Amino acid sequence: MKLFLKHFAMNRGALLGSAILLIVILTGIFCSFLFEESPWMMVGQPLLLPFQESEFPLGTDMLGRDIAAGLAYGARVSLMVGVISTLVAVFVGVMIGAAAGYYGGWIDDAMMRFTEFFQTIPQLAMAVVLVAILSPSIYSIVGAIAIVSWPPVARLVRGEFLSLKQREFVQAAVVIGQRPSKIIFSQILPNAISPIIVTASLMIATAILTESALAFLGLGDRNMMSWGFMIGASRTMLREAPWMSVMPGVAILLTVLAINLIGEGLNDAMNPQLRKRGES
Amino acid sequence: MMDAVLSPVTDAPLLSIQNLTVALPTGGDRPYAVKDISFELNPNEILCIVGESGSGKSISANAIMGLLPAYLKPQAGRIQFRNQDLLQQSEHMLLGLRGKDIGMIFQEPMSALNPVMKVGDQIAEVMQVHNAFAGPQQTARIHARMMQLLELVGLPDPQSLQHAYPFRLSGGQRQRVMIAMALALEPAILIADEPTTALDVTTQAQILKLIKDIQRSMHMAVMFITHDFGVVADIADRVLVMEKGLIVETGLASAVLNAPSHPYTKRLIAAVPHGTSRADSDFSQKGSTEDRPVLEVKGLKKTYITARGMFVKKRVVHAVNEVSFTVKRGQTLGIVGESGSGKSTIGRCLLKLTEIDGGQMLFQGQDIAPLSAAQFRPMRQKIQMIFQDPFASLNPRHTVGRILTDGPVANGAAYQDAAVRARELLKLVELEESAFDRYPNAFSGGQRQRIGIARALALNPELLVADESVSALDVSVQAQVLRLLQDIQRRLNVAMIFITHDLRVAAQICDELVVMHQGCIVESGTPAAVFDHPQHLYTQTLIKAIPGQDWKPMAKRA
Repeated sequence: MKLFLKHFAMNRGALLGSAILLIVILTGIFCSFLFEESPWMMVGQPLLLPFQESEFPLGTDMLGRDIAAGLAYGARVSLMVGVISTLVAVFVGVMIGAAAGYYGGWIDDAMMRFTEFFQTIPQLAMAVVLVAILSPSIYSIVGAIAIVSWPPVARLVRGEFLSLKQREFVQAAVVIGQRPSKIIFSQILPNAISPIIVTASLMIATAILTESALAFLGLGDRNMMSWGFMIGASRTMLREAPWMSVMPGVAILLTVLAINLIGEGLNDAMNPQLRKRGES
Repeated sequence: MMDAVLSPVTDAPLLSIQNLTVALPTGGDRPYAVKDISFELNPNEILCIVGESGSGKSISANAIMGLLPAYLKPQAGRIQFRNQDLLQQSEHMLLGLRGKDIGMIFQEPMSALNPVMKVGDQIAEVMQVHNAFAGPQQTARIHARMMQLLELVGLPDPQSLQHAYPFRLSGGQRQRVMIAMALALEPAILIADEPTTALDVTTQAQILKLIKDIQRSMHMAVMFITHDFGVVADIADRVLVMEKGLIVETGLASAVLNAPSHPYTKRLIAAVPHGTSRADSDFSQKGSTEDRPVLEVKGLKKTYITARGMFVKKRVVHAVNEVSFTVKRGQTLGIVGESGSGKSTIGRCLLKLTEIDGGQMLFQGQDIAPLSAAQFRPMRQKIQMIFQDPFASLNPRHTVGRILTDGPVANGAAYQDAAVRARELLKLVELEESAFDRYPNAFSGGQRQRIGIARALALNPELLVADESVSALDVSVQAQVLRLLQDIQRRLNVAMIFITHDLRVAAQICDELVVMHQGCIVESGTPAAVFDHPQHLYTQTLIKAIPGQDWKPMAKRA
């Protein structure tokens, strides 16, 4: 574990990503202390430029709402959607992939055709349809994103299980009479965890983007300010007030970049083949 | 052979290594990979470098070729070849040398050839790279030389074989192609790094003979790296023994083999499985054999069907074909055969790790063949397996304690009892009790194999299946593990099926042998009978191929 942290810390990009993400997380947690008014409230003159008034460092939008407050509250939604939908997707993907990879045969066939069914439909189109049918709310958005993003996890886990299943320690577990469920969760899964974590970290970034896209299309949760909604709302004013869309755009960019950097750092730190000999 | 004429001592050594020291990265188990080694390679001789894994023998060879990885730097010493110090030469200069003046054969013929290139082209490439036969008709002359080489290394039908891709060749044939590549430019020195270790014993005998014949006819100097004293006895002129990066003994083959002076050499030679049967070996005296068989296998059949498809003709491989045998309590049955003979498939069938296609497996009178996985699970504890690869058979994320207690717990024992038993078992297999809380990566191959044995014993099995359980181990460790297995088997009086490719090992610990060839049992009997009066032609070939036939290490070394 210590060695793992050392490897992770040696990667500058990953450290930078962690720092950015930490700031975003802290802003999300403490936004109600930083900005007491709801981000939906008109608090000042409309269309203030950034730094024009010290009270609104990032300016205001066409209805006089504080853009800084919008970004802070939007961080909450983005991270929540990213993390929760990824957790759900990873859980579903691991279950399906593990079962398919371990049992093989017709179970594998059935589950993989089912997975392919989801993979053949464009992710965003399917998410739009699901949210539209279920009526937009934070739950339907998380659900829709989870539903469209589990298939790659299932494929990955299946592949890992197919190769680990052949290893002698798994056969040894069969020989000593362990049950399949125990073998899957205690013998194979811990050895497949590294690629799963890395994929999951990258999926969070994709989920944030998907949520933004949904909100941009007007399918966001009406009660929660989100970055995608802010961009969507300001697109009519793109020429007059470009900062209104640039600010949330930069927020999305930085967060997704940070998460990708962390994912890459995790990948390097967890991949023993990239390590120098002499360390183990 | 040892009594062969030695090199004419007229000329100076071809290659001379002086005080070579290569450091290991800090944190290794010792500061130097090789320390202060000096030796010479004379023209027209075969020098065998012998040692166990990690003794630094491959590092020495790679240093000569300039193939050391970046984290290993030669710190001191010289490698003198034709009045040049190879360690001081530029990479460019070494490029011209490799393959041309010094050829190398690697251990793993399966991965040493480029899979997407025809073998003929690969041999020709060596010559093209060095711009051999420059001048008009270069291509034609290279082609002619390539055909000549294919012939020289004894490959059948060079005309059509030159267009074959490596995957169509067997391991032995690929190694022959490797040798042809190494010989293409008639190097002065041939370095062979364990070239026969990955091959079957009959193939090994052929390759050894080939290397020796070529060396004799071309008067090359051959540096042959091996861990097998049998191989040494067959081909070496001079021997150099390495232990932990140091040269502990050098001398003429006959002297080192028959009168070793260093204790390490003595120990290594003593550990060579000698193929004398158990009755008159150190282990002797066996447990009481009852008449009621623990396991009775009748007409066991397993077929693999490959390339099944609508338009592809299916290929049926009879991995195990109508095999029958019995094992009694306290008895060790050896199943011997080369790779592809179906011996490991039998082991997997017995443990129901794979489906079978026919036959009966009567375990204590009950046929286990038709049982479903769930029905068989409660019986699993009575049939245990010791696996081949000590590095793959232990879950790297579990502590040794967990590995040893998982089995009893899965079969309904309380964890506390299982833990107590696990500590006893660690003692039984001669490991520290503190091993309980450590992870497998803290142990060496031999120690891991002991943990694997303890895991199998934790369930008090009636039948142990050991599948090539000592093949991955160094010879001295192999001897220890064999002794342990035999000791435990005698003490607990279990039945054991010992699957191996090594006749010498099998003869040493088995009461009964069956020899497998292409899925069928071709011969069975006591080791003494099989060894001294082999009936079947295949068994005779197999026995004749054992390296070091003419060399009988002095019996009962103290």
